[in-house]
Amino acid sequence: MTDKVLTANRLSDGISVWLDAAGNWNESLQEAFVARHKEAVEALEATGKQAFADNKVVDVNVVDVEEVDGVLRPLRMRERIRAAGPTIPYAAGYAGLSAIRSAVA
Amino acid sequence: MYRYDEFDHAFVNDRVAQFRDQVARRLSGELSEDAFKPLRLMNGVYLQLHAYMLRVAVPYGTMNSRQMRMLAHVARKYDRGYGHFTTRQNIQYNWPKLSELPDALADLASVEMHAIQTSGNCIRNVTADHFAGAAADEVADPRPYAEILRQWSSVHPEFSFLPRKFKIAVTGAERDRAAIQVHDIGLHLKKNEKGEIGFAVYVGGGQGRTPMIAKKIRDFLPEEDLLSYTTAIMRVYNLHGRRDNKYKARIKILVHETGAEELARQVEVEFAELKNTELKLPEQDIAAITAYFAPPALEPRAEGWAQLAQWKKADADFARWVQQNVQPHKHPDYGMVTISLKPIGGIPGDATDAQMDAVADIAQEYAFDEIRVSHEQNLILPHVALADLEPVYRALVAAGLATANAGLITDIIACPGLDYCALANARSIPVAQEISTRFGSPERQAEIGELKIKISGCINACGHHHVGHIGLLGVEKKGEELYQITLGGSGDENTSIGEIIGRGFEPEKVTDAIEVIVDTYLGLRLDPSETFLTAYRRVGPQPFKDALYGDKTAAAA
Repeated sequence: MTDKVLTANRLSDGISVWLDAAGNWNESLQEAFVARHKEAVEALEATGKQAFADNKVVDVNVVDVEEVDGVLRPLRMRERIRAAGPTIPYAAGYAGLSAIRSAVA
Repeated sequence: MYRYDEFDHAFVNDRVAQFRDQVARRLSGELSEDAFKPLRLMNGVYLQLHAYMLRVAVPYGTMNSRQMRMLAHVARKYDRGYGHFTTRQNIQYNWPKLSELPDALADLASVEMHAIQTSGNCIRNVTADHFAGAAADEVADPRPYAEILRQWSSVHPEFSFLPRKFKIAVTGAERDRAAIQVHDIGLHLKKNEKGEIGFAVYVGGGQGRTPMIAKKIRDFLPEEDLLSYTTAIMRVYNLHGRRDNKYKARIKILVHETGAEELARQVEVEFAELKNTELKLPEQDIAAITAYFAPPALEPRAEGWAQLAQWKKADADFARWVQQNVQPHKHPDYGMVTISLKPIGGIPGDATDAQMDAVADIAQEYAFDEIRVSHEQNLILPHVALADLEPVYRALVAAGLATANAGLITDIIACPGLDYCALANARSIPVAQEISTRFGSPERQAEIGELKIKISGCINACGHHHVGHIGLLGVEKKGEELYQITLGGSGDENTSIGEIIGRGFEPEKVTDAIEVIVDTYLGLRLDPSETFLTAYRRVGPQPFKDALYGDKTAAAA
């Protein structure tokens, strides 16, 4: 079975988040709890539904990932970009996009 | 430009207060996401890949420096210091927090701006020629009519829940700079033989997954009938437009399935009922709105001619910029300046808060406080004296806004693509950046001449790829990005939809493919005055297919 993580966007600011092992919504994919069997995926889905119903997050999805040398990498480029941010460096004064190309590739 | 009256102010402020309440109830959990989503969309708020996105309307692309400064303020305070000007003459912010959006909208309302009807199945921001009121070839200024349509369509109860979104564009010259033939309704302002103002009316154009060129259903509609005839079109669409399939819900499909002749007949039937009702535009109302758009008092500045010649002689970069980015104005002592938002290797359409402030300063000092957004994702100063071009240029250089590439191969339209957009299948911006970098030398661009490249990251075609001389459509194939190339599209008075040239190209090969196409064109053009589009229309796709794929079999694979 493909490994899976639970992702969503935080209701208040829309920022992409992933469910971590402590049950918190974390801004880093690398902190995500990885479901490796059917029951764990079902638990993720149930947690997602509940968090949506509790108005904590929106656009909740289970996405496929692989672990390469201890680093989680979504299988779809869309999800890699969601996790890493835009692949384009931006204007001076906004840091945070520079290290992204390698993360997305 | 148009100034809000008391009604407009109260209306927009009420709307902000209403949205503030809706956001508070959403954050408290009182409103569910299902209930809230249509409400946020009606206020221009989307949820994208990384965050919410706010799309702010710039009606018919016209604003003043105070409004531009407010756009800079919103970028600084509520976003990450930049915004993205769009192909619908709007601006989008990529990172606003839902909790702060009511404050952002309240700030915008203080300068007569809003985000109403920038989303949803309603009549969207009415767009117009970005050179309106200034172009030498203009019959009449299209903006008063765009403003009349804006007022009529704002929260119009009958047209707030259409089968699908609805886009209207107006142009005031024979040369179509508003791409009216790829809009749901395209209005071409013209005069009849008696010298009266009216419109040729086009219906059913559009891009997206089913690109279609609009059909002309009226040669000349008197201006007084603008709202009654438009209402008649909307009624036919609202009644018969498909609601069973989102992808077949635009009026272009209705026109296609009904036939333009029959649709025109149905519109005429409705129009006969509406023609002499309260929708008939009184002459004094048209005059009152037109007065808002009166051109600034342009004093003779004949000294500019000699100065300009001197400056051009002294500075080749300045001369190149004037050649490429300054167009003739109605008044011979003035010019229309295109401020390129396409720096070589940059992000098409993006501007930082500092750049927006700089444009506001320049507009205030040198350009009668008028700024436009073009559907080609550039900014325009419509009235600049030739005598002021040099200081304007220096100020633009200082702000990183003096790229001399308007209409050239690096003046690329690109949608946000997969870097931001939740609908995208592939990235657009990095592709635009690489092409821009490859062809960035001024000499090479000049040699190639007019060439419009347009890039969309999905079939929705926000990057207008169907009407690009060279169009690029990003798709996802087996989990990877692939770019399909179309050639021969055009969004002007001779609109055409580009033809797919063959199999797609991987991201690392697409710039090479563009170079092959460009080199093929340079090799076959009759002389440097034959543009890419003219040459393509003369020779067709085969020479380009042969150059790209070697033989016909490969192209078909």
